[in-house]
Amino acid sequence: MQTPWITVRTRRFSMRIDRRVPPVLLLTLLTTLAVMVINMGVGEYPIGPLDVMKTVLRLPTDNSDYDFIVNTLRLPRMLVAALVGLALGISGAIMQGLTRNPLASPDILGISAGAGFAAVTLIVVVRSVPAGVIPVAAFSGALITALLIYLLAWRGGDSPIRLILIGIGLGAITNAMTTLMITFGNIHDVQRALIWLTGSVYGRSWREFWALLPWIVLFVPLAFLGARDLNTLNLGEEVARGLGSRVPIQRGLLLITAVALAGATVAAAGTIGFVGLMAPHIARRLVGPDHSGLLPTAGVTGGVIVVAADLVGRTIFAPIELPAGLVTAAIGAPFFIYLLYRQQSR
Amino acid sequence: MTTLSASQSRPVRLTRARVLLVVGLPICLGLLVLAMMSSIAFGAADIAPADVWAALVNFDASSTNHLIIRTLRVPRAVIAALVGAALGVAGALMQGITRNPMADTGILGINTGAALGVVGAIFLLKISSLTLYALFAFAGAALTASAVYTLGSLGRGGPTPLKITIAGAALTALLSSLTTGVLILNQRTLEEVRVWLAGSVAGRDLNLLLQVTPYLGIGLLVALALGRQITTLSLGDDVAQGLGQRTGWVKGLAALCVVLLAGSSVAVAGPIGFVGLVIPHAVRFFVGVDYRWILPYAVLAGATFLVASDVAARLVLRPTEMPVGVMTALIGGPFFVYLVRWKVKR
Repeated sequence: MQTPWITVRTRRFSMRIDRRVPPVLLLTLLTTLAVMVINMGVGEYPIGPLDVMKTVLRLPTDNSDYDFIVNTLRLPRMLVAALVGLALGISGAIMQGLTRNPLASPDILGISAGAGFAAVTLIVVVRSVPAGVIPVAAFSGALITALLIYLLAWRGGDSPIRLILIGIGLGAITNAMTTLMITFGNIHDVQRALIWLTGSVYGRSWREFWALLPWIVLFVPLAFLGARDLNTLNLGEEVARGLGSRVPIQRGLLLITAVALAGATVAAAGTIGFVGLMAPHIARRLVGPDHSGLLPTAGVTGGVIVVAADLVGRTIFAPIELPAGLVTAAIGAPFFIYLLYRQQSR
Repeated sequence: MTTLSASQSRPVRLTRARVLLVVGLPICLGLLVLAMMSSIAFGAADIAPADVWAALVNFDASSTNHLIIRTLRVPRAVIAALVGAALGVAGALMQGITRNPMADTGILGINTGAALGVVGAIFLLKISSLTLYALFAFAGAALTASAVYTLGSLGRGGPTPLKITIAGAALTALLSSLTTGVLILNQRTLEEVRVWLAGSVAGRDLNLLLQVTPYLGIGLLVALALGRQITTLSLGDDVAQGLGQRTGWVKGLAALCVVLLAGSSVAVAGPIGFVGLVIPHAVRFFVGVDYRWILPYAVLAGATFLVASDVAARLVLRPTEMPVGVMTALIGGPFFVYLVRWKVKR
């Protein structure tokens, strides 16, 4: 009989992943690429999919404008969207694993709100901010919020429910302070800050891409390394400790990873809501609950969601563009409701 | 014999408690008057107390100071008091009928729903009539309230505080991103509503207050009349039904009051959160669990709290002033966090 696992064993390293992971991963990756190509083709200046691919690969095309439109304007936007989705999916999967609550995600826990507050304050108060600084501020905001949530929820032990409720409370406080910034700011800064807060990849250039990339390169592998710890932690604190996990350290590392990924996405594209919630659930349906397969799948699924949301936002009311965050919220809220329903009817 | 002694001793204790409760009401009223007087006395322009008094009792239309007092400060204090009373009572009703200590019109998204109603009306229907604002605020509040309650009670186990709170947070996320979406599409709307969206009682139109006064009045009166029924209901649905209460009617009426109160306060002052959360808890601490007393005290305490917060919001950042909604969130948010730590044991 065929086992449901693929086992990799070398002398110093062994791992096993669900048999479904490679084909699912490949398929979702291909979908992402396809949606990206379509998305780069549509717009005020439509370009055929074949030409888009040729231009991205720097092959000669018949129109010299294509290079500017695709490689300078549309490609960085797509890459930012895909990376943001990747980071959000992984961050959400880690948070759901850590809190053992299927409703956890960076936006519901208020971590995105913390990142948003830090970044809006920077935009409105300092005004001319270099692009590299905003991710750092957003990360600090997210980290401080996450630590506060964790500390405040700690009462002789942690509880997933307290974590979520305290996250909601802190989110309300930080949102109030963000509102304060919005009320005082110069109207143009405020408009900019608002667009950015809703979550949009509009007008993102290579600058934002390069500001986001280091965070992804650093923290995504860290997340994958933590997948196995996440599996043990997911069994509950007592069991994990009994299995020899150093619970506080592992949990701390995973939390920082999830927060860093969430904070970096807020800095690059604002709060794109519900992706961190949806992607892990879809991925769990596709490849099962084992985190070594779940994390990458959740990441790629998140990428598809954000890129597709951007495509929908650009085309549905063209020429007016809706922010991608609005589209994800519109699909995400019903999804959330479905989750609430399913969780309770079990 | 035992019944006799019980019936003899009970009136004595009740009377003492009742005397305290009756004496407490004028004291609270006195505090409210004090808060309103200070709200009228303090402000951007320094006006001598004697002049303030003169403006109230002996109005002189040629004096700028008198005009400031009469046209700006008095309406502001009155609006703050009425909105505070409405929010306090709405919170008490919600906490009573859902038996959810974390219920609040802000946390559960009802304010956000009302705000979206108004923003949507301004943007889509180009409405600028004050009466219609209020109607759209009611519609938004009613839809959101019923949505949150329905979603929170999906599945087995009925509406638990946790489920309702999480459903509220999710809907808040969705609705506020929709509001932001509308505001991004239209800068003029943003300019019109951004201060209103922060929740503020500054520079409000007294006409608008007059428009919603009937709804506000009906909401308050019905709520006060429901005190006995809410007390029974707060013992639990089963107990209330066993005592012969038609719980559906009571809940429906109470929900109607919440919608009227929250909708009119949002229409006048924008979404102001946390008043409905803090006030009922503070009142219950002093008054006990009898809603016949909780509700009138919530009227006075809510009014005093919002007027005082408004004075504080004017004083902390002089010479600019903070929207009072931010102030209440900064006071109430930590209280919510404390409440979660205290109440959620799991």
